[in-house]
Amino acid sequence: MGIFDKLGFGKKEEKLQEGLEKTRAGFLDKIGKALVGKDRVDDDVLDDLEEILITSDVGVKTTLEVIRRIEERVARDKFVSSSELQQILKEEITGLLKDNEADRPAEFDADLRHKPHVIMVVGVNGVGKTTTIGKLAHMYKTAGKNVMLGAGDTFRAGAVEQLRIWGERAGVTLIQQGQGADPAAVAYDTVASGKSRDADVVLVDTAGRLHNRRALMDELGKIKRVMGKVVDGAPHEVLLVLDASTGQNALQQARAFSEVVDVTGLALTKLDGTAKGGIVIGISHEMSVPVKYIGVGEKIEDLQVFERARFVSALFERTMPSA
Amino acid sequence: MFEDLSTRLELAFRSVTGQARLSDVNVAETVREIRRALLDADVNYEVARSITAAVKEKALGQGVLATVTPGQQFTKIVYDELIRVLGEQKEDITFSQVPPTVILIAGLQGSGKTTFSAKLAKMLRDQGKSPMLAAADVYRPAAVDQLRTLAGQIDVPVYSIEEKDALRVAKEALTEAKKNARDVLIIDTAGRMHVDSDMMDEVARIREAVNPSEVLFVVDSMTGQDAVNTAREFNQQINFDGVVLTKLDGDTRGGAAISIRTVVDKPIKFMSTGEGMESISPFYPDRMAQRILGMGDVVSLVEKAQEQYDEVQARKLQSKISSNTFNLEDFYGQLQQIKKMGSMRELVGMIPGMSKQLGDAEIDDDAMKPVESIINSMTIEERRKPDLINGSRRKRIANGSGTTVREVNDLLKQFTQMKKMMKTMTKMNRMGRAMEGLKNLTGQRKLH
Repeated sequence: MGIFDKLGFGKKEEKLQEGLEKTRAGFLDKIGKALVGKDRVDDDVLDDLEEILITSDVGVKTTLEVIRRIEERVARDKFVSSSELQQILKEEITGLLKDNEADRPAEFDADLRHKPHVIMVVGVNGVGKTTTIGKLAHMYKTAGKNVMLGAGDTFRAGAVEQLRIWGERAGVTLIQQGQGADPAAVAYDTVASGKSRDADVVLVDTAGRLHNRRALMDELGKIKRVMGKVVDGAPHEVLLVLDASTGQNALQQARAFSEVVDVTGLALTKLDGTAKGGIVIGISHEMSVPVKYIGVGEKIEDLQVFERARFVSALFERTMPSA
Repeated sequence: MFEDLSTRLELAFRSVTGQARLSDVNVAETVREIRRALLDADVNYEVARSITAAVKEKALGQGVLATVTPGQQFTKIVYDELIRVLGEQKEDITFSQVPPTVILIAGLQGSGKTTFSAKLAKMLRDQGKSPMLAAADVYRPAAVDQLRTLAGQIDVPVYSIEEKDALRVAKEALTEAKKNARDVLIIDTAGRMHVDSDMMDEVARIREAVNPSEVLFVVDSMTGQDAVNTAREFNQQINFDGVVLTKLDGDTRGGAAISIRTVVDKPIKFMSTGEGMESISPFYPDRMAQRILGMGDVVSLVEKAQEQYDEVQARKLQSKISSNTFNLEDFYGQLQQIKKMGSMRELVGMIPGMSKQLGDAEIDDDAMKPVESIINSMTIEERRKPDLINGSRRKRIANGSGTTVREVNDLLKQFTQMKKMMKTMTKMNRMGRAMEGLKNLTGQRKLH
């Protein structure tokens, strides 16, 4: 139970609810002061750290891992200064986030190894797959790439039309067969068209599906396989879209999607609210998959390449709505 | 759903099982486990703390009952606490004295507002109302198309306009509803971030203009710690009357339900469990607490079945299932009713422990279509004793029904799966009754 004691479990049970808008500002100062000249971290500080991480959806398991790492570092390095300690904290969390791979660059103007570079976009319902594709199309187009879209969400009412509008806004070609069409056929068609029309990037949308629906997940595997029949190694990127406001279930999502389509990158959407999306830390660490993009709004340019250091800093920033 | 949380709690209870009394030590350990389980289930940090504090206080104040184990007693304490937090009873929609009753739907992007709006319209229509939908999501590309398509499926009219003016859509839809004597108007609004003040102003203005008798806040059940922030902000801006939990057909633990209920003190009124238009049900706090504790939502499964079966039929079926003499003839007879109950997947998902097993026993509703002709091609004896159906009989049946041997095989396989499921269902029914017994037992004492 020692590890739980460190986490403050049971210790603050009697403490009354202090209100949920506890400010995070100043935590980094506090951790600094509390640590100067010591070789162990105060329980108070660890309690605060625990609260910050848990309320950012980092999850109990990853939170314990972060705390363990920090305690180890402090015990080893001893007597570190306050600025060093802030650095250690950020480093340890950043270290859990998988680095991007060179052969799948996230930057839009980077040279792509494959032509067309095929990206398949997957995720559960309502996370923002279609919107993310619209933004990606715009970004690649702006960077001078020839982009083609495939309307593979043939299930949800209005999804094809939604992607058509995004395609129009981005000024890119859309391949579609309407609602109710076979999504694998659409995927095949899109990749084939992309190949014959000399596209640099092909983005294939898929219908949202809950990861515990076996038949729908199997369908996703099939959609992926047919693309490889047109272009070798396609899709070269399988992007799993996660909603930043999703809690621990995102880990289940990542595991289930990886099992059927081998996810190679994550896109974290809806970071323009108050949700921190901390669950991606554990996911990126466990599944060894990099976070590539973040969605920060509804406009076509509201997509950014993920930066680990910035993301970690944001965990400690106060972004509560003004009451 | 919620299996993970219930597993965690079962583990937590293990440490008190076998103990003579609820002492400081064993309660503290169990409480710690419950707290971690709640956090893993996305219950808000502070809310989890307040729940475990309440559970601990109640547990320590209790003497040990001779007739139940400490584990059962603890189950009861947590169960009661979860019910208390989730709300004591189910709450319905408020209908206006003067029609139309206006229902305003609001929430974050991707929470499932449009799908829910259509489901609610269908549910009310099935109850004899004449609903109308208003497409006030004028921002998301093709949102109006989506609502129109869904409304077409359920045969409910939609009001929409070309201009991107949500307030005007809402106002005009109200006039239109009055003119056409529609008694319910459901207004689907755009998803919006709680920190976007312009968008929050817009929905507040719509609320003011149409004076709804019911404002529903739609929340994705997979939401994490941020649920408290969004619920609180929406509540401040539009003072909603109830909460709708969506995507509960996933495997999320759904702790957001507990968090939201605690911070805004508004009832959860509906839960939504799939993409089909019939996948909507009222929210029953007691059943949800049972579900969280792994006792399964047997009551709502039985109730859902009763909407479709008459009692005599149900009793007959029940005895067939429990005596394990349910055969293909019964299956054929019940098929139409079962189809009316909604998707098998959804029904089976309510049985405790079944959602997990579904991974291996996929239930495809469409596969039931050729069933009628296949069973028609069987002899009465074959229908009564499906085990008789060997390879050559399968070939004959396939030929006679214009299907393939594979389809016949599928049907037989599906039938076996269903029979297994139904057996589980009756077993769980018995478990449910046992829980009732426990409730009565402990109910005799005032626990707190």
